[in-house]
Amino acid sequence: MVGALMVLPLWYLVLRAFEADFETVMRLLARPRTVQLMLNTAALTAGVLAFSTLIALPMAWLVSRTDLVGKRVVNVLAVMPLAVPGYVMAYALIGLAGNYGFLNQTFGFALPRPQGWWGATLALTLYTFPYLYLNLRAAFTGLDQSLEESARALGCTPRQVFTRVTLPHLMPALLAGWLVIGLYVIGDFGAVALMRYEVFSYVIYIQYSAAFDRVYASWLALILIAIALTVVWWESRLREGAHYARTGSGSGVGTRITRLGPLGQVAGWGFVSSVVIASIGLPVAVLAFWMTRGPLAASLPAVVDSFGQSLSVAVPSAMLAAMMALPIAVLAVRYPSPLSTLINRLAFIGYAVPSLAFALAFVFFSLQGVPILYQTHLLLVSVYALAFLALALGPIRSALYQARPSVEEAARALGHGPVSTFARVTLPTIRPGIIAGMVLVFVIAMKELPIAFLLAPTGFRPLSITMFSRTSEGMLLEAAPYAAAIIVFSALFVGFVLRHDKKAGG
Amino acid sequence: MLLDGFSRRARTLAATAALAIGFGATGTMTAAMAADLTLYSGRGETLVAPIISAFTQETGINVNVRYGGTAELAILLQEEGDRSPADLYWAQDVTALGAITGMFTALPQETLDKVDAVYRDNNGRWVGISGRSRLLAYSPERLAEDELPQTMAELTDARFSGRMALAPTNGSFVGHVNALRVAEGDAFTLEWLQGLAANDPVIVRNNTAGYQAIADGEADIMLTNNYYLGRFLASDPDFPVAQATFTEGDIGNLMMTAGIGVLATSDHADEAVQFIDFLLGPVAQQYFTGNVYEFPVSGSGIVPVAGMGVTFDEAVAAAPEFDLNTLTDLEKREAGLI
Repeated sequence: MVGALMVLPLWYLVLRAFEADFETVMRLLARPRTVQLMLNTAALTAGVLAFSTLIALPMAWLVSRTDLVGKRVVNVLAVMPLAVPGYVMAYALIGLAGNYGFLNQTFGFALPRPQGWWGATLALTLYTFPYLYLNLRAAFTGLDQSLEESARALGCTPRQVFTRVTLPHLMPALLAGWLVIGLYVIGDFGAVALMRYEVFSYVIYIQYSAAFDRVYASWLALILIAIALTVVWWESRLREGAHYARTGSGSGVGTRITRLGPLGQVAGWGFVSSVVIASIGLPVAVLAFWMTRGPLAASLPAVVDSFGQSLSVAVPSAMLAAMMALPIAVLAVRYPSPLSTLINRLAFIGYAVPSLAFALAFVFFSLQGVPILYQTHLLLVSVYALAFLALALGPIRSALYQARPSVEEAARALGHGPVSTFARVTLPTIRPGIIAGMVLVFVIAMKELPIAFLLAPTGFRPLSITMFSRTSEGMLLEAAPYAAAIIVFSALFVGFVLRHDKKAGG
Repeated sequence: MLLDGFSRRARTLAATAALAIGFGATGTMTAAMAADLTLYSGRGETLVAPIISAFTQETGINVNVRYGGTAELAILLQEEGDRSPADLYWAQDVTALGAITGMFTALPQETLDKVDAVYRDNNGRWVGISGRSRLLAYSPERLAEDELPQTMAELTDARFSGRMALAPTNGSFVGHVNALRVAEGDAFTLEWLQGLAANDPVIVRNNTAGYQAIADGEADIMLTNNYYLGRFLASDPDFPVAQATFTEGDIGNLMMTAGIGVLATSDHADEAVQFIDFLLGPVAQQYFTGNVYEFPVSGSGIVPVAGMGVTFDEAVAAAPEFDLNTLTDLEKREAGLI
């Protein structure tokens, strides 16, 4: 069912693509510029993956494996950058530097403006690294430490333990995180364009927005999807080639904590605070700066009302996505077959299709098939759940890999049926994965734009649209309260969920 | 224990979701029941919401608005075709209106007659609502008035190398390039675009980013739209950017317009026309001039705001004679800028 729904957008794009004149397609694709833009996309993806790993890996280790003071706070702070909309991050970095920027006007010194590959890599890294962090933290928490202890007992140095035992067991999480970030970077347009770096997704946007052309845009979108699916294919090849196991009881062993010592505490917090300042502090400071300068046109009730509307879509989308992801993940991990592999790969289509094309496909099919659903709440929530299914799938799948099948088998042997076993044994074990998945979907649904433009009920004004209808007319100051509201409310919500998730933070 | 914890969480979440859906649904439901007109607006909410509620107050007709990007909404309308729920489409620029002209119905002559012929479709299917002129924004600190280019063609001069901001994907820029093709021909336009590209421009995402680039000292000059300066100055009177026009009659001073049309599939065409008439009336025209810093397209005696850059009279005096109807051709892939 989910698989079939995922194929709809592809079908739509092929349908549109066949309206094309083949010669024009070739002329469009064969330009040297197209190749250059693809190379730029590859360079950007590589940069963002490298830098987000450098941030997320130490962060996840500090939170789950050390006695760092205030780990719970760090855990929430590390997820918060997800709530920052990409263009706000880009505007923040741009607004910070330059002669007329925040720094020069407030403190009297100007930094060179971040732009090009560096600027785009920096901006994207700062708000996508939490995808990797969440995956890694869940993996560290779920990793059976008795394996590491055995390795140590067998005479491995700590370094060997890390490279031979810990790292391979983190691989599924690393790959899942890289995949999500990679696909995001390939499809992102807004922040990259603000940084004046041109990538392949740019051409697609131009086809739609400057040429109002859905036919050639479909060709380009199909190419982008082909690239994305190749990446998905490689990821699953790498992941499925390995075997993971647990030896311990799977529940009772306490996590072994590395003692940091005073110097380590200082170093740990130095690292954490520089990341937090860059990823959260910067955008918040720039927004605050705008808010003090702009007329506070948006009254609090308007912002709260808008937030309620955002919530009414983001919460059910997150739950629906998790509900759809769960059976897909179970199929992939517990019952591998060509069919389950196929469905798992299809699940990424929603995330890989440029969102404007994805939304258009559902405009087309809902008007043809179920016009009564068109531009309803229900359709918007369903399309969000499909579009972001991949985000929920990653953490749930990683959690399942680490949950021991033998415990499930024991429960079955003790007379529990499959449903009872799943509810009483599997579900509690993979709970952090499910929650992480829901948080990811929630946060992205809070800031999503093109799908909301096309499929939200008319008159519906979530924070993201309210903010856009101000930035689009160049009214950055008026947009600031709404951008701030997206960050603050998402962060509060994420903090609330993580606080109540008792397993989080080790 | 763990199970209990989980289902409790699930219950709380489910309750939150149910509440949230209820909250959102009541909001949209009441709006949908009372709505008489559905408007797809590519114009931003802060700019147009006050004038829309003034219309509702005056006529009792509710307007249910879908805000979005001008281009995204045009594509949405194309995809919806004759099943579109929209009655009206209000776009930031003429090119977007041109992309879906075929979906509009002809407006009554009385409505069309409220604006000058240059501000409307030849076949009467859309009409301009507020004028926006193309002109130069520049840094008065780094460029003296006598150093400014006299014509748009001069922007390819080597003296502007590396100093010019350019937003090649912006709708107004695209429209302006199409106007140049009409006025000067394809060969000239292509050469001009290649000249711009070779002049090492600072590529920016949009006009706002261009004004900021000039304020930040990264660029000194930009071919852009007039009204942004007013919006910057309104929140920061010291904003270090000034405006100028090219020589009188130069294509660089093109007067463009934001415009609106009624969908042929609308069941409320009369009310929709009533809405357009209201937008062309004195209250709305004064609002667009005084609060949005754009130019009036209809009526007389509209009072501008002083000190917001090039004035309406200056812009009108400098504008070339040009038929906006010719801006429906949308090919612009050659010069490698986009």
